[in-house]
Amino acid sequence: MTRALAGPGAATVAPRVAFDWRPVVRIGAIGGAVSLYLCLVGIVPVFNQRPLIIGVISLGQTALVLSLFATGFVATRKLTGTAGARFLAGGLAGGIAGAVLSALVLVGSVVPLRNVFLNASPELYDLLTFGLGTSGFWAPLVTGIALGALAGGFSLLRPRLRRSLYVGFLSVVIMGLFAGLIRTPLLSSPLENLARLLFAPEGLTPVGAVITFAVAVALNEYRRTNDLGRRYRAVPSDRRWTVIAPAAVVLSIAVLILPQTLGSFFAQVIAIVALYVMMGLGLNITLGLAGLLDLGFVAFFAVGAYTVGLLTSTGEYGIAQWSFWAAVPFAVFFAMLFGAFLGLPILGIRGDYLAIATMGFGEIIRILAGSDLLKPLLGGPRGITNIPKPFDVPPDHWLAGPNQIYYIALAGAALIAFIAWRLRGSHLGRAWLAIREDEDVAEATGINLVQTKLLAYILGAAFAGLGGAVFAALVGSIFASSIQLIVSINVVALIIVGGMGSIPGVVVGAIFLIGLPELFREFSEYRYLFYGFALIAMMRFRPEGLLPSRVTLRELHVAENEQPPDAAEGALVAQEEAG
Amino acid sequence: MQVGAIERVTEVAIAVFLWALRVVVILVVVVGSALTLMSGRYSLETWSNLVVSGLTLGSIYALIALGYTMVYGILRMINFAHGEIFTSGAFAGYFIAVGLNSVGFLNASPLASLLSVVIMIAVAIAISTPLALLVERIAYRPLRNAPRLVPLISAIGASYVLQYTYRGLFGPGIYSYPSVAWLNELLPIGGLRIRVLDVLVVASAIAMMVGLYLFVMRTKMGTAIRAVSEDKETAALMGIDVNRAIVTTFALGAVMAGAAGVLYSLLYTQVYYLTGFIPGIKAFTAAVLGGIGNIPGAMLGGLFLGQVESIGPTLFLDGFGVPSPNQLKDVIAFTMLVLVLVFRPSGILGERIAKARA
Amino acid sequence: MPLLTAQQVTKRFGGLVAVNSLDFTLEQGSIVSVIGPNGAGKTTFFNCIAGFYKTDGGSISFDGTPINNLRPDQIAALRINRTYQNIRLFQNMSAIENVLVGQHRHLHTPWIASVLNTRGVREEEAAALDEARELLRYVGLQGRGDILAGKLPYGDQRRLEVARALATRPRLLLLDEPTAGMNPSEKQQMTAFIRRLRDDKGITILLIEHEMRVVMGISERITVLNYGEKLAEGTPREIQTDERVIEAYLGRSGSGDESAAQRAGGAAEPSAGAATTVTGA
Repeated sequence: MTRALAGPGAATVAPRVAFDWRPVVRIGAIGGAVSLYLCLVGIVPVFNQRPLIIGVISLGQTALVLSLFATGFVATRKLTGTAGARFLAGGLAGGIAGAVLSALVLVGSVVPLRNVFLNASPELYDLLTFGLGTSGFWAPLVTGIALGALAGGFSLLRPRLRRSLYVGFLSVVIMGLFAGLIRTPLLSSPLENLARLLFAPEGLTPVGAVITFAVAVALNEYRRTNDLGRRYRAVPSDRRWTVIAPAAVVLSIAVLILPQTLGSFFAQVIAIVALYVMMGLGLNITLGLAGLLDLGFVAFFAVGAYTVGLLTSTGEYGIAQWSFWAAVPFAVFFAMLFGAFLGLPILGIRGDYLAIATMGFGEIIRILAGSDLLKPLLGGPRGITNIPKPFDVPPDHWLAGPNQIYYIALAGAALIAFIAWRLRGSHLGRAWLAIREDEDVAEATGINLVQTKLLAYILGAAFAGLGGAVFAALVGSIFASSIQLIVSINVVALIIVGGMGSIPGVVVGAIFLIGLPELFREFSEYRYLFYGFALIAMMRFRPEGLLPSRVTLRELHVAENEQPPDAAEGALVAQEEAG
Repeated sequence: MQVGAIERVTEVAIAVFLWALRVVVILVVVVGSALTLMSGRYSLETWSNLVVSGLTLGSIYALIALGYTMVYGILRMINFAHGEIFTSGAFAGYFIAVGLNSVGFLNASPLASLLSVVIMIAVAIAISTPLALLVERIAYRPLRNAPRLVPLISAIGASYVLQYTYRGLFGPGIYSYPSVAWLNELLPIGGLRIRVLDVLVVASAIAMMVGLYLFVMRTKMGTAIRAVSEDKETAALMGIDVNRAIVTTFALGAVMAGAAGVLYSLLYTQVYYLTGFIPGIKAFTAAVLGGIGNIPGAMLGGLFLGQVESIGPTLFLDGFGVPSPNQLKDVIAFTMLVLVLVFRPSGILGERIAKARA
Repeated sequence: MPLLTAQQVTKRFGGLVAVNSLDFTLEQGSIVSVIGPNGAGKTTFFNCIAGFYKTDGGSISFDGTPINNLRPDQIAALRINRTYQNIRLFQNMSAIENVLVGQHRHLHTPWIASVLNTRGVREEEAAALDEARELLRYVGLQGRGDILAGKLPYGDQRRLEVARALATRPRLLLLDEPTAGMNPSEKQQMTAFIRRLRDDKGITILLIEHEMRVVMGISERITVLNYGEKLAEGTPREIQTDERVIEAYLGRSGSGDESAAQRAGGAAEPSAGAATTVTGA
């Protein structure tokens, strides 16, 4: 199925240059489609305004370069054959992708594409043609060929070298994304000059980029040559805490002083992450442990928030001017009551039907909360405002403003994590896991399904209620449009992406699915695009989650004395003979 | 023993609760309706208009619901992204409409308008179908054998991707369909005056549903689809190309949804990147109401839901003096959904545990 | 009084009558096998006893208490438990956790106490862990407690299922094809093990089996089902020479000697594991 590629170029390469061109062409076409998508959906033109390395390359251009390069790389990755073949194949794939973009420029100059696709604008064409406009339509094609061929060459490198280069480039991209966020707080610290050297207001300086690259490659080499991964695994599991503990202590201290060092923007983001961790831990019990797919989880969050609102608000809908601390137990209690109330009728429903029923509940509560019918009580669409902060302190106190919420949210999350951890190790936790694994067998082993599921539902609701209570204090108000279905979906997504049933998994999931989009608010709408792709990719390549509970579960128990497998057989036979 | 006592209390509580629930619901429905009707506040014409709009909306829900129900039947997964396929049809129809309008064809004559709508639907289908197949290929096919939550999350991801792709491609604004004069003319039917558009929507929906039903019941591929929905492994053993059956199912659903997108946007004259989200949820509700996996069920469920949304608030709640009852139309719809699932989760066999894999 | 009595038990699936007016008694402390060709209704009958199915007719009583409309967990509370034809362990839980789940009914501390880790909880958990380890040792899985159930070799998984069932402290144990998929030496071990369960722990055993060597070797009584009805009942000797039984297994032209019946039993085995239809084995 190979076809010898002879032609004018043949004289300058080895006499037989052969590769199967069909997959290469197909990959090129897909690469072209992806590049076209990136352009039309706006990632390339919009992100062009955000530099990655000041004065050198923008994020948008990076995306395009990566797309074309990747096309060439994927096309040549699996090829065997001579170097010449690789360059050709890469160039071919990249060229096809580039050709698609050239076609875009050409078509766009004739047909008013902009009437349909907002981003098919002269700015885009200029970007693609390095400023030459329509007359430079050949530019993307040439760029594609060049990048594709380069990728082909890249695939020739030894894997170790490739890996180092990956790490280096990836680190530069990541640092470039975070640069602005890191720079701002550092400006008011002793590291100010270093910050100015490495980071621009958005993106890296060229110096910063080079240094990042070098440091990343060096660190990777260190990790590899010292084989840190293996050394960690070699430490017996009950002694691993000696390794983890110092790191945990440092991390804890860093977290505690974060608002003072990194500023209130970071503190706010982490507070929101902590809120989602609270809800995630609650849903982790309901879904991750007991296997109940609850898509109306946000309802309990709402109950907690509205309870705190009603009990503490100084506005017109507050019914008692209590303190936050007095209101919290009630918030949790009412959330649990709601959990029982909603859980009782639906516990007999199975699987996907349960998901829909709970989703229905969530929507019912959202609409009722914002309705005119309940307006006298709950404030209608505007909701309840003037919810005071828990600590009444003067403005320059270290607990002022959102900072106190930060600490409260962290404390709440830690408390709930502790309770969840204890529950999971208890016989109740095992019963939940059994129900999730195989409900019928769990029942036959003596577990009362209704009671156990109800308990999962109620406890999950309690945690969410606490999260809602803190949220109300954080935002200072609560209204019906905070009770979106999207919130429930986000919580489900984050525990699955983090690793269902696993407490560290929930934290990791929250950081990635909530924290990162919050940090990158500047990319506003495109966050959700990446979010969606990330979900699809995660499910495709790592459906068990980032930190599945297998990893942590066994680490915490005392390891039993392991005997070689045949000893078990021998034991049974020995028993037989003795008996 | 203490544990046993808690058990009994819980069981009694559940039984009482469910019984009370039934009573409350019946009371609300009966008393509310009685009060509203007796108050004589609404004329027969008002009611008939509500019924007609319920029928129209219901037809659209039915069309979308069919996609959900068929995919669930064959893959046991909720195609969360189906609402976004619907949106693609709406957008496609929009651009065609604008194009046709700019050359003056759209409103040239009643026949031209009708033809325009046909073209819009055809193009919408031409866009929605490949899109649905692309989603299936990327987000669902690799996950065919995964536990059920995994494709669900992937579907949610796909939904996000599509929504924000539309936003990226077309912008965040709300686009208004150019108005088509002919569609708003009133036809005298059975003593009532009904818009051409309503008739068109209902007629198209019925035509498509009949077509789908015939396809599924009478053609070889339709039988294959039904077989795979029953038992995938056995169907494969019988020589059925399971993959093709699945792909065809997605295509059929996308055809319905694409057409529904155009019809919906003609009704509500607007489209934006989130257009499909809520109708998607409602349609899925309708599919469950009718019995998920059950094609006639999805049709009935859709029509029923449309009526409930249209008439329900006025009929049940107005009598109680509820302010702005139309705000609560979704509450009624979802309450009905929950009640159906609690008291008659159709689709689950009568046997309490029919796993029978022991 | 017999430990278990089934009277006129009937179970239908739509038009198919899987179990038809079956009468059956089981004496305390005995080991009894239920055999029959595929589709005879054996697993269906088990499912009726275990509460997985509601009967459509007749009654089942255990130690005088009627049990045919109880939930599976209520049946477990009466100390009846079972294993499964296709192994149904909790795959993603470790072996010892599987056994600990079996003890669920004996663990009474409320969840709040678990959160607070009171002394009562610690003591209860320690005792449960001890008992679980002892059960693992008893079935020959000592030291393997931390391995994920799904990762254990096949024979060990079967043993683990027994351990889990034993954790519920049953008086009656229903074993559904416990030797399916095992090689001859494993089958021998399992046979001896089953006998020891009754001898050591006084558990009454009801067995579905296809492997005739196991059945004949271990059963005190055998009941033969065919098309949901009782075909014959008696001691192994009687069953081996019963003409109706041989005919059911081999067909009308059967030669009527015991080795043929045994071969038929052996031949029926490979399909046992594959059947996942509603009517079971």
